[in-house]
Amino acid sequence: MTVLTALAAAEPYVPRDNPIADFSDTPWWLSLVKALLIFVYLLLSTLLVIWFERRVIGRMQQRPGPNRTGPFGLLQTLADGVKLALKEDLTPKNADKVVFILAPAFFGAMAFVSFGIIPLGPEVSLFGHRTPLQLTDVPVSVLLMLAVAGVGAYGVVLAGWSSGSTYPLLGGLRSSAQIVSYEIAMGLSLVAVFLYSGSMSTSQIVANQRDIWHIIPLVVSFVIYVITMVGETNRLPFDLAEGEGELTGGFHTEYSSLKFAMFFLAEYVNMFTVAALATTVFLGGWQAPPGIAAINDGMFNEGWWGLLWFTIKLWMFMFFFVWLRGALPRTRYDQFMHFGWKFLIPVTIVWVVAIAFLQAANNGFLGDRAVNIFGAERRLASLIVIGVLALLVLAATWIWEGRQVKRAEARAVVVPPEIDPFAGGYPVPPLPGQRLRESAGESQADSSKAVIHG
Amino acid sequence: MTGTAEAVTFWILGSLSVLSALGLLFARKAVHAALGVAFTMAILGIFYIGQGAPFLGVVQMFVYSGAVMMLFLFVVMLIGVDSSDSLVETLKGQRWLTLLLSLGLGALLIGMIGRITVTGTPNLNAINASPGNISAMAEVIFGKYVWVFEITSALLITAALGAMVLAHRERMGEKPNQREWARRRFQRGEFVSGLPAPGVYARHNAVDTPALLPDGTPTELSVSRTLQARDQVARPGLFSAAEHDPHQEIEEGSAR
Repeated sequence: MTVLTALAAAEPYVPRDNPIADFSDTPWWLSLVKALLIFVYLLLSTLLVIWFERRVIGRMQQRPGPNRTGPFGLLQTLADGVKLALKEDLTPKNADKVVFILAPAFFGAMAFVSFGIIPLGPEVSLFGHRTPLQLTDVPVSVLLMLAVAGVGAYGVVLAGWSSGSTYPLLGGLRSSAQIVSYEIAMGLSLVAVFLYSGSMSTSQIVANQRDIWHIIPLVVSFVIYVITMVGETNRLPFDLAEGEGELTGGFHTEYSSLKFAMFFLAEYVNMFTVAALATTVFLGGWQAPPGIAAINDGMFNEGWWGLLWFTIKLWMFMFFFVWLRGALPRTRYDQFMHFGWKFLIPVTIVWVVAIAFLQAANNGFLGDRAVNIFGAERRLASLIVIGVLALLVLAATWIWEGRQVKRAEARAVVVPPEIDPFAGGYPVPPLPGQRLRESAGESQADSSKAVIHG
Repeated sequence: MTGTAEAVTFWILGSLSVLSALGLLFARKAVHAALGVAFTMAILGIFYIGQGAPFLGVVQMFVYSGAVMMLFLFVVMLIGVDSSDSLVETLKGQRWLTLLLSLGLGALLIGMIGRITVTGTPNLNAINASPGNISAMAEVIFGKYVWVFEITSALLITAALGAMVLAHRERMGEKPNQREWARRRFQRGEFVSGLPAPGVYARHNAVDTPALLPDGTPTELSVSRTLQARDQVARPGLFSAAEHDPHQEIEEGSAR
């Protein structure tokens, strides 16, 4: 009985709404410095990632990629940026001037906002103050990021509309439809994380991954998040908003010079933002990888080391983005929407319900009885929930497989019987569905004839 | 009492939100009006955050500015509403009802503000510290007001279903696919390889330019029926006239 009460008391439900990051020793000017640092970090990363992308894609396509400007071609992006800025700035006659100028500025600004809530590292000493390596944190950080992404879609839509021509308008509408519908699946996949970690604040979520990264218990969420983050950033294979073949560039068709550069920059910064959120939420954020974290009493989990681990994880996602672009062709629009609404969203909803039950059981909302399995005390309710879930998954895969088999049967081509073309004494061509019987000697004779005729 | 930072935020954002709300009323283009609303809503969200209700503020931005106004913008852009649309009331007595409801809302607001002035400014600091903003919100939504929320969501779902039923159109037959069209063409025996493509390729390949037959006459079959009905078909005479005087065209091009 004492064991039972101890277990019940072991995991009391504690609300973890408020961020764990402590900003009490952070004066306002230090926040400004941190904002500047984040801005510089993102700009440098963007410069680097464009070069990285072109080099890696080059390797994948068996060509060197840019290698002339600077060492390894590292300054290529800088040169391109200068060239872009010096181009003529065109404004179409039909354009809505104010909105046409506002849209890229807004899109660019929104891209940088989200990074403020990402924890880049643990507490460090900066100009004599102990402060977390994070601009700010609120109880609803992750939601804030989703909201900013949703509002950022205005930049795309307005750019499309204000250009006053057809392709940009279509591109803008496509893109907003894409962002809105993929954000549902993205938000739902994150709901499972909120349920599991009991918080929406990024610093709390990172702290909750001290023992085990969320990618292991929440692998379904991770996979869905990765798919939706590609859809959200308009990257291949989901770059339907730009679709060069169909829309000549989509929403930014009419943009040139610095305004275009703004969109270009914002798209890459958005990639970094979604990748940073994936790192924070699923890959343990700034925490060192499991083996390294144990060295010397967690030495590598302190101070500025966090920034290194964070950056490495971030660039793994960047490589993934580039790899996708090198490997996959663009999807068709209707297939893309079908996939989002009819597959991703239902799957995520089921997953969220499953996680909700698991968490409820673990927190003791479904009863406190415990049983002893392999020497460890487990809640009975948790075991039952896991069992039911396993059964459901088994049943679902069984039904799905049955359907696949049936579909394969329906698709299977019925091989018609072979006929002997010389059965009637003279050669006849096969009727539709019939096959000729071919012996080795005959086919050789045929081919030699063909050669003579040819 | 309000602190300096809060007062500064209020006066800057408050005046901006009033301006953008006025923009809704006086903007000429429907899209500008929609933008005004979206901006006002976003500022409301910032106010909520400033008042210590971060969850409410972010959801306000997320749902209203991000999703609802986006749908409005969609409709406005696709249909292209403008000031020339009729101002006839479709629902009778709508204006009076609106006036009545607005007055009621005003009375409610005055009542609430008056109560706060008497009882003193409430704040959420204590609740935000423990159990926390979101937990407190969750207790209210899933505890005290659970039925209100459930009934509202049922209402919304009913509305969505109703809209779907109203907009639904039953197809009389199967929609012909590419294969079906090809079969039909062969059965009829005319235009077996499809209708002629538009465009006189030496000069134009636009869809409004009819193809020319071997004898030089344009064929109507090559241009979409919609363009013909709108009388937007380019006459080949235009191009033959331009051909006689190429210098004219070059000058026009360089002046463009």
